[in-house]
Amino acid sequence: MSDSSDEDFNESYVMYRHRREWSDVHPIKQNDGPNPIVAIAYSERFLDVYDYFRAILATQEKSERALELTTDALRLNAANYTVWQYRREILHALKKNLYDELQYIAEVIEDNPKNYQVWHHRRVIVEWLNDASKELDLTEKILDLDAKNYHAWQHRQWAIETFNLFDNELAFIDKLIAADVRNNSAWNQRFFVLKHLGLTPETVQREIHYAMNRIRLIKNNESSWNFLKGLLEYGDFSISQFPDVETFTEELYNSGNRSPYLLAFLVDMYTEKTLHIYETNSYDDPEVYARKVVELCEMLANHYDTIRYKYWKYVIQKFNADKELAKVGPNEQNEEKDEEEHLVTREPEKVNGEAQ
Amino acid sequence: MDFIDEDFIDHNKNNKNNHKKMEVDQNEELPTKFDMEMTIKYVANHGNDKNDFEYTMTEFLRMSGIYWGTTCLDIMGHLDKLDKKSIIEFIKNCQCKKSGGIAACDSHDPHILYSLSAVQILCIYDALDEIDIPALGKYVQSLQQIDGSFFGDKWGEVDTRFSFCAVAILALTNQMNLIDVDKAVEFVMSCVNPDGGFGSKPYAESHAGLIYCCVGFLSITHNLHRLETEKLAWWLCERQLKSGGLNGRPEKLPDVCYSWWVLSSLTIMGKAHWIDGAKLKEFIISCLDTETGGFSDRPGNMPDIFHTLFGIGALSLLGYENLKKINPTFCMPEEIVSKIYQAQILEY
Ligand SMILES: [Zn+2]
Repeated sequence: MSDSSDEDFNESYVMYRHRREWSDVHPIKQNDGPNPIVAIAYSERFLDVYDYFRAILATQEKSERALELTTDALRLNAANYTVWQYRREILHALKKNLYDELQYIAEVIEDNPKNYQVWHHRRVIVEWLNDASKELDLTEKILDLDAKNYHAWQHRQWAIETFNLFDNELAFIDKLIAADVRNNSAWNQRFFVLKHLGLTPETVQREIHYAMNRIRLIKNNESSWNFLKGLLEYGDFSISQFPDVETFTEELYNSGNRSPYLLAFLVDMYTEKTLHIYETNSYDDPEVYARKVVELCEMLANHYDTIRYKYWKYVIQKFNADKELAKVGPNEQNEEKDEEEHLVTREPEKVNGEAQ
Repeated sequence: MDFIDEDFIDHNKNNKNNHKKMEVDQNEELPTKFDMEMTIKYVANHGNDKNDFEYTMTEFLRMSGIYWGTTCLDIMGHLDKLDKKSIIEFIKNCQCKKSGGIAACDSHDPHILYSLSAVQILCIYDALDEIDIPALGKYVQSLQQIDGSFFGDKWGEVDTRFSFCAVAILALTNQMNLIDVDKAVEFVMSCVNPDGGFGSKPYAESHAGLIYCCVGFLSITHNLHRLETEKLAWWLCERQLKSGGLNGRPEKLPDVCYSWWVLSSLTIMGKAHWIDGAKLKEFIISCLDTETGGFSDRPGNMPDIFHTLFGIGALSLLGYENLKKINPTFCMPEEIVSKIYQAQILEY
């Protein structure tokens, strides 16, 4: 290991083993476990700090100096969950001012934004204080550095949900999506907020337009297409209930756009139409749409999404099978279903996307 | 299932400026062949080479480090390169007398992540009886919450990774009856997103690593019918990029460890053939560091043991010659798992 953290310490730093106020403590060496796979090259300072940490852990010393020792230990390695746990025990025992700790952990998070333990510590302190007033600012600051930081999003969702901080979240998401329309985390957050607010028909209509407008900006964007699809599926809508969407996607296609996401969306849309016409025996010609489905899948398989060639071949196969079933009609279909279960995609059981 | 991935861990923090190899020559040809002898040496000597020590810099994840190493070597047919006796001794010392849980290292607190790593290693060595299995079972049981989820340790972080660890430990030690499986399933299913994927908790963004944990969880508990397989498999297929490599979320870079998370999930669902296996193989091998024999996350980066296991694991799933078959649910040699537990795998 390169002793990367040494530069964080200033020059007047004294090894614990040379500190008079620690002379009463007997450092405990690490049992390094079996060689060779787990042998570790430690820096001297690392060894020193952790030898003393193990010593206070063994004696369960909960004091100011022990707290400072954990600060040093965490500076050397912020991912050591045992040190964090012990630090919390000390904080508790000494009845420390937790707002100071909140300040401290914010600084540690800024230095280590991708680390399970630091975020967990933050959460525990917020819970102890029962005060989440600084969480939106902190996570915003971290998301400024990396808008897809999974830990920051988790923490933000937790704070929003636990302390009901939904009010300005859509505006925040807008800002992020405006900065980077491909930010999948922000799109996910949008769903999180919408589910909380409730997906009324008006909301769905508004959100569909929101998604379409973002697709107009960048057509080949998985996140915005997934959002659009997710919205329709979540509300159990059929695409034909939204003529705007049909017009929008067909116009995109006619204007020459061949984004695989667009083509895939059209495959879904025409599949739905074909099956619907067959199932309801309506007077439209289903084969017009059926031909489009196959044609689009072939285009994807052979030109626009060749890496997923086998998937698109599978979609054609499955489409043809579903079409035959739809022709038979819904009643007879049910009777056959038991026998043919292995051929038919099973109706997924209702998936509950909400937390209890 | 510890994630030592750049989505969750800041590489540069523990290894400033060391992640990118300095001497990458852009014109240098990327490897197209995989020399197993070198990789065996890399894994067996891991930890002896001080400069090479990326993620296992400290003891806090040592147990997982041993699991990555033993599994990797066993898949390559060279488990004999490690000292079984001292590894078992080490694990025994890591079991907490009070709680029954297992820590990453002696004098650390127990955690469900390291408890699973320990059980996996012991299964590989056919040495489960070396630790107190009922005590470990009780530990796992104590971590289940009212909503069915699992804490990772007594401090109460909830994550779908821990749901996976819980059922994997109990399945491998034949103690599944200790927990409320139905509730555990309900919790995992509450983490499904509109895109068909799973995150770490309800509403959290879909992520291939967490999808593996959830699909693996459903495979172990025989609940794969709860999945919308086609939708999820499609999302996973979309992870494959032009380079052949797989990413973990939309618009992220490809990374060797996602070869494992994505491909194993697809294999469990019987849909591995939906992605381009030949191109994926090419990508994985291009991440081999020919100087050391280890695999890195992307071509030209520093290798590490975590990405080495998941690169080798994915190659095994792809049927690479001379590698033992790996079990997609447990990420352990199939010949070991098949003697212990039958997880659900959907037909091709
Ligand atoms: Zn990775």
